[in-house]
Amino acid sequence: MAARLRAPGFYRAGWMMAFGVAFATGLTWVVRMSTGHSTFKHFIDGEAILTVSLIAVPLLFLVGIGGFDYWFYWAAGRKTRAEDHSSHGARSWKDYFRINTDHKVIGVQYTVSSFFFLLVGGLIAMLMRAELAAPGAQFVDANTYNGLFSVHASLLIFLFVIPVFAGLGNFVIPLMIGAPDMAFPRLNALSFWLLPVAGALMLGSFFAPGGAFADGWTAYAPLSTNAPVGQTFFALGVQFAGASSIMTALNFLVTIITMRAPGMSFFRMPLLVWANFATSLLVVIATPFIAASQFFVLLDRALGFNFFNAAKGGDVLMYQHVFWFYSHPAVYIMMLPGFGIISEVLAVKARKPIFGYRMMAFSLLAIVALGFTVWAHHMFTSGMASWIRIPMAVTTAIIAVPTGIKIFSWLATLWRGVLHLDTAMLFALGFLTTFTLGGISGVMLAMIPFDIHVSATYFIVAHIHYVLFGGSLMTIFAGVYYWFPKMTGRMYDERLGKWHFWTTFVLFNLTFGPMHILGLQGMPRRVEDYASKFADLNLFISIASFALGLSTLIFLYNMVTSWRGGPIAASNPWRGMTLEWQVSSPPPIFNFDKLPTVVGGPYEYGVPGAVHGTFAPTPTPATVGAGSGVARAPSE
Amino acid sequence: MGRQRQLILTIAAAVVAVAIGVVLSYVIHWFPVQASTQAHNTDRLFHVLVDASIPIFVLVVTVVLYCAWQFRMKPGEELKDGPPIHGNTRLEVVWTTIPAVILLALVSYSFVILHDNEKKPAREIHVGVTGQQFAWSFQYPPSVTGGAPVESDQLYLPEGESVQFALHSKDVIHAFWIPAFRLQEDVVPGITVKYRATPDRLGTYPIVCNLLCGLGHSLMRATVHVVPRAQFQQWLKSHAGATVAGGSSSGATTSTTAAAAG
Ligand SMILES: [Cu+2]
Ligand SMILES: [Cu+2]
Repeated sequence: MAARLRAPGFYRAGWMMAFGVAFATGLTWVVRMSTGHSTFKHFIDGEAILTVSLIAVPLLFLVGIGGFDYWFYWAAGRKTRAEDHSSHGARSWKDYFRINTDHKVIGVQYTVSSFFFLLVGGLIAMLMRAELAAPGAQFVDANTYNGLFSVHASLLIFLFVIPVFAGLGNFVIPLMIGAPDMAFPRLNALSFWLLPVAGALMLGSFFAPGGAFADGWTAYAPLSTNAPVGQTFFALGVQFAGASSIMTALNFLVTIITMRAPGMSFFRMPLLVWANFATSLLVVIATPFIAASQFFVLLDRALGFNFFNAAKGGDVLMYQHVFWFYSHPAVYIMMLPGFGIISEVLAVKARKPIFGYRMMAFSLLAIVALGFTVWAHHMFTSGMASWIRIPMAVTTAIIAVPTGIKIFSWLATLWRGVLHLDTAMLFALGFLTTFTLGGISGVMLAMIPFDIHVSATYFIVAHIHYVLFGGSLMTIFAGVYYWFPKMTGRMYDERLGKWHFWTTFVLFNLTFGPMHILGLQGMPRRVEDYASKFADLNLFISIASFALGLSTLIFLYNMVTSWRGGPIAASNPWRGMTLEWQVSSPPPIFNFDKLPTVVGGPYEYGVPGAVHGTFAPTPTPATVGAGSGVARAPSE
Repeated sequence: MGRQRQLILTIAAAVVAVAIGVVLSYVIHWFPVQASTQAHNTDRLFHVLVDASIPIFVLVVTVVLYCAWQFRMKPGEELKDGPPIHGNTRLEVVWTTIPAVILLALVSYSFVILHDNEKKPAREIHVGVTGQQFAWSFQYPPSVTGGAPVESDQLYLPEGESVQFALHSKDVIHAFWIPAFRLQEDVVPGITVKYRATPDRLGTYPIVCNLLCGLGHSLMRATVHVVPRAQFQQWLKSHAGATVAGGSSSGATTSTTAAAAG
């Protein structure tokens, strides 16, 4: 037992977390005593203890499960243990529930836990739609309702869309570039384990005194700085989720820059790798801003810093500028990896090279650059200086150009192809139509007089769901079906997959399409009660949304049963050219038993005899040519 | 031959779809009634945007459907690949330039509308708007009342006259939205936000708080009454010197306004 309590794992995490609570109690006691509170009468301040605990307990959990062990050994001057790869790879399901340094295991951990949060977030949405099925109060009061939509958005943004892309990228990127793993496997493991922590904080807020955080995922000050303690759960949950995405993004960047296989020049990289490269740039630049915004809120709340207290000289609009400087790029953080998935799926399933590959890569970089110049389009009605609206409207309109280039290039890729209309392809094609609608409503919102009317209405709710559900989630489904054989070594049920697509596609449009009209008609978002003239459409939307929720069960059933007992997958069921399809399904523990050498582009479909990578015999340095920089010792 | 006919058929169907879309966009009642000159402008902008969007959306959907119809894998093509077309610079330049031009044209047009909606008129009246959790109150300065200032939880405006609202918040951020006017701005603690409206239709219209402000947010409603000048004058006179109960003590909520939710 004693050994168990000392070894990294959940037992050690358990007592360390208990110690964290004791530490928080002690620290706040000492501070309160030293600032003049009576030693024994008022030594306990629930909110102070809770706030410190919410920082200490998650950190100690991560220490307990062993997220920092290696670095602690090194920092303490102890002998670092030689890497025996004992924490690498999964031999049983238990290996998915511990610190694991294998990018494939981490990719599965990320993806599966993100889908768990999708289900929770979706169930919360069902509750909201039940409440909104009719005007007046049905099931929940205003405070609960505000908590529901706040947690719904936060979970789906920070614990589903962003991390599920990190998960798919984690699994696929090293395989695609011909690397044995990520550049920093231990950092990779830690970045995954930050996620359940963030999720526990956000969901845990429902049990906080005063209820869950209820100011929306935007958490505008000064509402958030004066809210009950549930808000602290959000402010800190965002820190853990944000730290996780920054670590993963750094890992992706270094991996992509330094660990490409010989011959894999930047312009031979699959577009999924390009997309994650671009996304990672966005993440490392933008994410510190939301971390800052929530630290400001935390300091206002816990220590009275008054950053956003107008009566004490604070600046209320500053919160929004800092918040949106992250949260607009976040839209692209949640979209660019999906663009990458669509490029992979379309090229393979249309049996054609991606039309305009270079422009596809450049447009990603254009979006990264332009993405930082548009944030105040979320603030057209915020009361900021009115001239700022003009340049922000221009850049917002212009950022549609690189996105348009991508849409047109995908369409041209389809042209004269040989289209395999299986589940992944259907989701990719569905994405093209629903995302175009989301893009169009986005361009409309760049037009200031129109935005002034619909800002913060159901039109926005419709727009954001066309982008994140009709856009991101469609690409996620496409990606999950596409790489399912590679990740699990099994084939999914194609018939169920197609059912899943058609129900999702139709019910998605029935659910979110009518919301455009509600917004134009004057229905505000974030209300649990509404005028009776909106009743019919809301009832319709609620019914459609329940059916949409049910359609997810088809997906779940398909995934679970196929993973357990589906037909064994071949190494390359789709006849893809990219490197991940050239190894077994699932791939060997260090990915490549032979080091690949890349000799051509990733999508040379239809080119007679073309290959992307070769495995053996490895070309000798003489044939590669001196100074080409590809002579790199295999790290395995 | 065969394929050419199908292409022509598809293009014809797309043109019809665009036509139907445009007609529908004028038939559907998207908006509440127009009760301000700004509403006319903004709705016109909306229709221009929708009409510009329909062909683009139809184009994308048509290409997807046509490809799925014409280029889907047929039995025996399991191992066939498409032609290795890597790109076409001219085409790529075209679909970069044309959307850029359209977008810049649309955004320029939106600036014209914006300028129209916000330009300073020769004469305007000033009305103060105060938001607090969870009620609205309205202040009419002496320049409008011609006597003592008037405060009310009702908003009365004379028809056909430009009004400039000055928005103040006593606590958190609210948004002062009149859907019939197509106008809103946030009501921000610490600063005064202003905007103009010119009501041009008699009637009563809902005022909606459109920024989450706490537990009573969905009940934070009021009504704007657009009345003829004479009636406006009358109303001001009957409220001379009136203040809203609790309106000056922050935090106290006037139940009358909240109950007036539409
Ligand atoms: Cu944005
Ligand atoms: Cu409100």
